[in-house]
Order: sequence, then C-alpha cells, then structure tokens
Amino acid sequence: MGVRFPSMLKDAALTAFVAAALGIFIVGFRTVDVGSRTGLSFDYQFADLAVAIVTIFVGRLGLSLTAAGLRWPVVALGVAMIGVGASQLKLPSGFLHWFVALGGVMLVIRGIWPWARGTMTAAAGTPTGLALGQAGTKWFGWLLLVAAVLLPFTPAADQKTMDLAVLILTYVMLGWGLNIVVGLAGLLDLGYVAFYAVGAYSYALLSTQHGLGFWTVLPLAGMMAALFGIVLGFPVLRLRGDYLAIVTLGFGEIIRLVLLNWVDFTNGPAGIGSIPGPTLFGAVFSETPPAGKQTVSEMLGITFDGNHRLIFLYYIILMLALITNLFTQRMRRLPVGRAWEALREDETACRALGINPTNTKLTAFAIGAMFAGFAGSFFAAKQRFISPESFAFIESAIILAIVVLGGMGSQIGVVLAAVLLIGLPEWFRDLGNYRMLAFGLAMVLIMVFRPRGLIADRQPSVRLHPAGSGGGP
Amino acid sequence: MAYFSQQLINAITLGAIYGLIAIGYTMVYGIIGMINFAHGEVFMIGAFISLIGFMICSFLGIGSAPVAILLVLLMAMAFSAVYGWAVERAAYRPLRGSFRLAPLISAIGVSIALQNYVQLVQGARPKPGGQIVSGGFNLFSADGFDVRVSWLQIIIVVVTVVLMAGFTWLIARTSLGRQQRACEQDMKMAALLGVNVDRTISLTFVLGAALAAVAGMLFLMYYGVIDFYIGFLAGIKAFTAAVLGGIGSLPGAMLGGLMIGLIEVFWAGYFSSEYKDVAVFAILVLVLIFRPTGLLGKPEIEKV
Amino acid sequence: MSEPLIEIEHLTMRFGGLLAVDDVSFAARSREITAIIGPNGAGKTTVFNCITGFYKPTIGRLTLSGGEREYLLERMLGHEIGQRAKVARTFQNIRLFSGMTVLENLLVAQHNKLMRASGWSVYGLLGLRRFARAEEAAIGLARAWLERIDLLGDADRPAGELPYGAQRRLEIARAMCTEPRLLCLDEPAAGLNPRESAELNQLLVSIRDVDGTGVLLIEHDMSVVMNISNHIVVLDYGRKIAEGAPAEIQSNPAVIRAYLGTDEEGLDG
Repeated sequence: MGVRFPSMLKDAALTAFVAAALGIFIVGFRTVDVGSRTGLSFDYQFADLAVAIVTIFVGRLGLSLTAAGLRWPVVALGVAMIGVGASQLKLPSGFLHWFVALGGVMLVIRGIWPWARGTMTAAAGTPTGLALGQAGTKWFGWLLLVAAVLLPFTPAADQKTMDLAVLILTYVMLGWGLNIVVGLAGLLDLGYVAFYAVGAYSYALLSTQHGLGFWTVLPLAGMMAALFGIVLGFPVLRLRGDYLAIVTLGFGEIIRLVLLNWVDFTNGPAGIGSIPGPTLFGAVFSETPPAGKQTVSEMLGITFDGNHRLIFLYYIILMLALITNLFTQRMRRLPVGRAWEALREDETACRALGINPTNTKLTAFAIGAMFAGFAGSFFAAKQRFISPESFAFIESAIILAIVVLGGMGSQIGVVLAAVLLIGLPEWFRDLGNYRMLAFGLAMVLIMVFRPRGLIADRQPSVRLHPAGSGGGP
Repeated sequence: MAYFSQQLINAITLGAIYGLIAIGYTMVYGIIGMINFAHGEVFMIGAFISLIGFMICSFLGIGSAPVAILLVLLMAMAFSAVYGWAVERAAYRPLRGSFRLAPLISAIGVSIALQNYVQLVQGARPKPGGQIVSGGFNLFSADGFDVRVSWLQIIIVVVTVVLMAGFTWLIARTSLGRQQRACEQDMKMAALLGVNVDRTISLTFVLGAALAAVAGMLFLMYYGVIDFYIGFLAGIKAFTAAVLGGIGSLPGAMLGGLMIGLIEVFWAGYFSSEYKDVAVFAILVLVLIFRPTGLLGKPEIEKV
Repeated sequence: MSEPLIEIEHLTMRFGGLLAVDDVSFAARSREITAIIGPNGAGKTTVFNCITGFYKPTIGRLTLSGGEREYLLERMLGHEIGQRAKVARTFQNIRLFSGMTVLENLLVAQHNKLMRASGWSVYGLLGLRRFARAEEAAIGLARAWLERIDLLGDADRPAGELPYGAQRRLEIARAMCTEPRLLCLDEPAAGLNPRESAELNQLLVSIRDVDGTGVLLIEHDMSVVMNISNHIVVLDYGRKIAEGAPAEIQSNPAVIRAYLGTDEEGLDG
C-alpha cells in the first residue's frame, strides 16, 4: 500500500489538474451581461472552481483506493461527502452541494459494487432466483400494464402525475417505434423527430384548415409519416452506420428548417394553435358545447371535470403505445422481423442468404416512421399548439437515449428507460437546465459502463424446445 | 460583378473557418473511423475561451492587437486541446472494443453535455466581443458597389493557409506525422512495430481541437457574437465539408470547407438567406448518397 | 457426367493496378464436389466473391444453369444471386447471426420462402393458418438439418455460444436451408481437427449425393480436398495452372511447384 500511495496521489493530482485546465476559463471566468446591448463584463468564480477541483481530486483518489482494495474507508468517505453536500454548509454555489453529494454517491457505489454484485449473482443462482429471472420480465410487463390501466383510478392520480404519465407514455411509444429501426434493424436514425413532426403537422393542418377529426386523421398521419420514411429512407439506407446516422440527422434538420421558414404553409415559428382535441364518439371534452356538438359530460350524464379530458388522452396514448408494442412483438416472429435482427447482426451474411437488405431496411424505417407519425398526431391533439421548436434534434437524441439505455430491442427496457430519463428529471424539474447536462453525461456513462442497456438479454422469437427444458436458456 | 466579388471574398473567409474545423473531423475519422460528434462543441469552447481571453487582455491593459491575438490564440489552442484530449480519454477510448455505433452515441452525449455545461455556466444569451480588428480597404468599385476586403478577412485566410501548410508538413515530414499515417493504414501493424497507438490517437484529437479553437477565435473576431449553440451548426457544416472533400483527406477538408463556404454564402446572397442552412444539409445528404468518398477521397473496397 | 451447373468463362478481376484473377475459366457440375485450391493469395476467395456477387468482375461471364433458364451472375445484384439463382455460400470467417439462436439462424435462411407464404407479412399479422403452416414446414426443414449436423439439442442456444466446429457445421446447414443449386464453401475445414474434418467430409458427400447440390469449395486441407472432390481447379497468382481429377492433380508438376517451390515431392492426400 505504501508503494502505491504516491502513484495514486499523482494520479489524483493529474486528474485534478486536467479538471482545472478544463474549468479555468469556462467555469473560472464568467461573462456577465451588463446592459442590454453593449455590455459584457466578466467576473471570476475561482471559489467554485476550487471546490469542484478538490472534490474531483478526492473522488479520483477514492476510486484508486477502491481499486487497490481499500473499500470500506472509501465508502465512509463517500458518505461523508454526501453529508457535506446535503448539509447547510456554505458552499460557493448551490450547484456544488449536488456536485459534492454526487461525488460521494459515486464513491459509495464504487465501494460496495463488488460486494453488491456478488450478492446479486449468488441470489440469481438460487432456485428461486432462477425461476424469478426466467419469468421475471414477462410478469413484470403484465404488472406494469395492469398498473398503467388502473392508474387514473388511484388516489395518486392528480393532474401533475397524469400529465407526467401521458408524457412518459408518449416517449415510450416513440421509443418503441424507434426501437424497430435502431434496436431491431440496427439502423442508427438521428432524425426520428422529423416523422414525429410530420404526424403532428398533418393533424394540426388537417384539423384547423379542413375540419377533420382526430380519429380520421390518425391513420392519415401515420401514412404520411411512413411515406416520408420511404422517400427519405430509399436513397440512404445502403449507407454505412455512422454515415446513415449523419444523413438522417441532416434530414431531420432540413425538415425542421422547412417547417420554420415555410411560413405560408406552416405558419413558421408562430406555430399552429387552437388545434381541436380528440373527441369521444363525436362528443367534445369541454364545459360548454360548441355549436352543433355535444359535450362528453352531457353524453355520459356525468358532471364536468377538467380532468376527464386528461384521462381520455391518457387512455388514448396508452392504447396507441400498446398497439405499437403488440405490432412489434408480432413482427419479430414474422420473417421480416427476423430479417431485421439478422441485418443488425450481419448484413453481409443476409445478402448471401438472398435477403434484399435495402427493402428490409426500408420496411423497418417506414414502419418506425409510421408510429412516430401516430405519436405526433397525438402530441398535437394533446398540446393543442405546435411549433417547430418542439421538433429539434435534441428530441431525436432523447428518444435514441431511451432505446439505447433500455437495451436495444427490449420492450420492457424502453419503458424503464423512459421512466428514468423522462420521469425522474420531470420530478426534479426545479433543477432546470442541469437536466440536459445530466442527460448528456448519462448517455456517455451508459455507453462506457453498460453499452448493452438495462435489459441486455434477448428473448428468441421462436423455440424448438419448450422454455425451461434442456437445450437452451 | 461587384456583388459577386464581394460574396466571393466573404465565402472564402467563411470557408477557411469551416476548413479548420473540418480538419479535426477528417483526421479523427481517418485514424479511428469515428465521427467525433462533439468536435463542433470544442470549436464553441474555443470561441468562448477566446472571448474571455480578449476580455482579460483588455482588462490587463494590453492595447496592441497583434499581441492580444497571439496571446489569446495560444491560450485558446492550449486549453481547447485539453478538452479534445479529455473527451477522447473519457468518452471514446473505453469504447474502442465496443460495438460499432457506441462511440457515436457517446459522442452525442458529450456534445449535449458540453453545450449545456457552457450554457449553464456562461448563460444562454449571445455574447458579444472580440472585435478588435477593424478596417480594411476597397478592392475595386463597380456598379456603385464597393468591393471591400477587411484586414480581418486577410488575417483569417493567411492564418488558415499558414496552419494548413504547417500541418501538411507535420503529417508528411515529421515522425509524428508518419506514426499518424501508419495508424491510419493499419493500427495493429503499427502497434506491433512500436508505434504508441494510444498516444498517436490522443495527439490526433489534440491537434484537431487546437485547430478548431483557432477557428473559434477567428469566428468570434469575424462575427463579433457567439453563443453556446454555434458548435452544433458549425460542426455539421464542417463535417459536411470534410465529407465533401473526401473524409480522411487533409487537402480534402480544406477544399470541402471552401466549397461549403461558397455554397452557403452564394445561396444566401442570391436565393434566400433563411434556407442557406438547408442548402448545406442538402449537400451533405447528396454527397453521402451519390459520392460518399467525396471529391478527393479513395473508394473503399468491402472485405468479405 | 451431368451438365455444367456453373460455367466460369474468362473471369478477370482487377483492383486498380492489381490483377487478382487473370482469365480463369472452369466449370462445376451438379452432384459433384469441385475444389479450388492454390497457395495463399492465389485469388481463390476473389473468384468466390465474383461468383457470389460481392465483387463485380472486370471481365468474365458466369453462367448458372437453373432448370429451364440460365442466370448471368456477373449481372445480378448480390442478394439476387442467393434469391433467384439459388447460389449459397459460407465465409472464411464464420458469419453466423451470433446473437440469434441456432434455430433462428436456420429460419432466416428460409426468409424468401416464408415471406411469400406470409403474404409479405400480411397473413402473418392476421394470424392466418396459411402462414402458420408454412412456418411449421420451415421449422421442420430446420429440424431435419439440425439432426444431420447433430445440433438438435442446441436449437435454442445463441449461435455465438457454440463451439467452433459446431458453428462451421451450422453455417453450412444454414446455407443449405436456402435450398440452393450451388453451394459455395470458403475454407469449411479451417480450424477443424482431423475428426471434425472427417465429419465434414461425410456431410459434404451427403449434400452432394442426397440433396443433389453442386458443391464448390475452397480448401487448404488436402485430407478434405483429395478424399471427396470429383474435380479440382488449381490457381496460382490469379491464373489457373491445372484442372482435373484428384489423382492427376496430385502428380501434376506445375501444382507441386506452386505449392512447394520444387518438384521433388508429390502432394500427400
């Protein structure tokens, strides 16, 4: 230990030094807006930087010590750091509390990880563990479904929760849609938001300008989006992975810019408003009925409640998402679905087996686009106002992160990932822009530590022998 | 004629800036076959460091523009290089054995993180500054329109040419450059022959970042205002330039930069300024579909 | 002696300045095993890649006789060669779908047949009997092959988990599940021990005799080549230097020279 300690110190010092170099100009000096047009002055915040660097130094040292076997003292150190972060101690900025606390959490996790992993593996090896594992994801899926269906009737279902639930379900649907393209077929699509936008604007324009209803437009929006998918996909799907990614990114941006600038058609940055919401057999969700229509309260003979509309929207998105899920499960068992996965594994081998890679990819691309179109339609109906701002690249990145974190191809994984990536940050909404920073860091960390995602196991689409008997997992 | 000439001068200037950023993309792709999605953010950070650098210089009372520029240049290059190095070490190197798209996804994460990091710390509003070089001269006049070349435009082009020349010499003549080329050709073999592959890759990122920082400083001086989002747009355009010129080719990066500058400026000047970005993205799509190897690149043969 | 299944005429492949294959002509027949041998770098895999559509030949005509019609392989797209001309191949570095199970690998091979039967997924989505029956038949074919290559018990394991020899056999079975006329094998015996090579020989002979498929193989392992080939083509530096039955090739001085550099010893079987 004595021999290694100086090198550990040096390591930690080096890390701290790099952090200092990274931070000195951006964090150390802050530009300060003075006056509206001309003024820009700067200010230095070295105290911030200093605390951050000390934290980084301690953290790196802690990691090295853990690697050398000194686990429990490091865990104690981590707990102390969490304590400092959570305490009322006056640190130069509020953010630093979180920074120090998170550093502590990291040390604690790193410290107990070997023990924790050992315990988990041992537990998984026991008979009950094995049985749970096998049935696990399936049961869990049904459980989630039941919970989702019953949610609006539970006391926890206030407006904030329902809003959040609708948001999460929207991303789950988008994640399931993109999962077909990225997870199953292995095509990295960075422009998925474009199809979302096509669906949204289709409904917005058709309903405000031609008076078509939500249920009429829904299939049309899907078809429009699928058409875009085919048109956009056809020339580019033979490109290699990273090139395909950039091209789709380009397409996404082109569509956003066109939506932004073609003011005659899309109303540009001002967006489209007063989009009618979905109706229930022709009845409208409002307190007073518009001309010639019934309100839902009248039709059902219940008193008006603002939440009814939200609950209705919730069940619509739940239904749409489930359709996406069922469709995907079905497709996986069909030759096309298997071909998607085979393409992801090895395109050359597919070609050698007589499978037309372009057509197969196009199918995945178009179907994925279609579901994004459905989701976009729903989004427009829910928000009642859309503008090009909602369809920027960051949305594509978020949906991609959900698919990747979930574990490419895993349906349950997408749900978990959506809850984590959308649900948690919304809960901590007061953190504001730190959400996005954390989001970016999360993407990197997932790739470095768990690139296969939360649910990394693949369920085969067909079995020769029944599950659980000899001859297979 | 006069309008055309003015646009041409502006285009060459813009193209030079894109070219400097494009070199970073093309070098990294050449050596490890990866699109460094976060490269544009390094350009942005270089611009911010330059901004703060200029402010410090004026605060310290350094009145001479050439001195300030030199100091800020070195500062921006050095500290942006640290970013380039750190990103490679932390976010890409651990993924070298992983599946093909993992580094790209990680790079997207880095890009988002860096953008928001700067936005959080420096604020979301556009920041003005850096305009310490002004003035120029009239090249000629025609149709009542003065064609003007500013000193800054000349500086930009000269700096770019000098850096390009220096870089080409570095790659072609020095041992560092040889190691770099060896790694591009066959990394395993280079390692077997004693080339420190990790260090060579790090150096590639560092050099690319330094050049992007120069572009950032020049961008700041030329446009006089920056914000945390300039990296995204400039990054995609510079990547388009790298692909257009031929990914992996250094002269290709500069040629591509020049062409993108021309396309952007002339589209804005003669057709529509709102759709100039669409024009560049459209070029990206067309090049990747019809000629993915670009103008100066070599066609790749698939090994079965 | 059957009709030529595939005729390669004046095949030439040039990569920039490099002439990889130089005016090679030969034929392979159904119900026969034809081996292409030669020192490393002789252009064997290049010939394969031209036949199976991974390269476009610079010059040459590749005619596959498929029943009533002929297919000009040099004009067809890569996947069409598998799909319509019914030419299947395996690869030097095994290319299985490692994350998918053994059974799934064999089902992917029957993709085109199943696509038609599923009405391009429509019948499948609607759950019609028609598709279910076709899938059962496909699983039946897969099962038959799994029995032949002795992997029936491993049907639901990920293909990547199989030992090397089993993966090789699986790749061949997968190619056979496309019900090809011509089976092209790129070094199927590479990395196999003598017992496994003998099993491979049995498998290939049964493919030739029972399924009636023409087999074209690249090999270095002479215990495979000499024992089971009906016909051998020898390449060196991109040119054909000899062609004939195993016995003739073994004593051909040009072949011996190409392999050993001298004409002292004959090639052992």
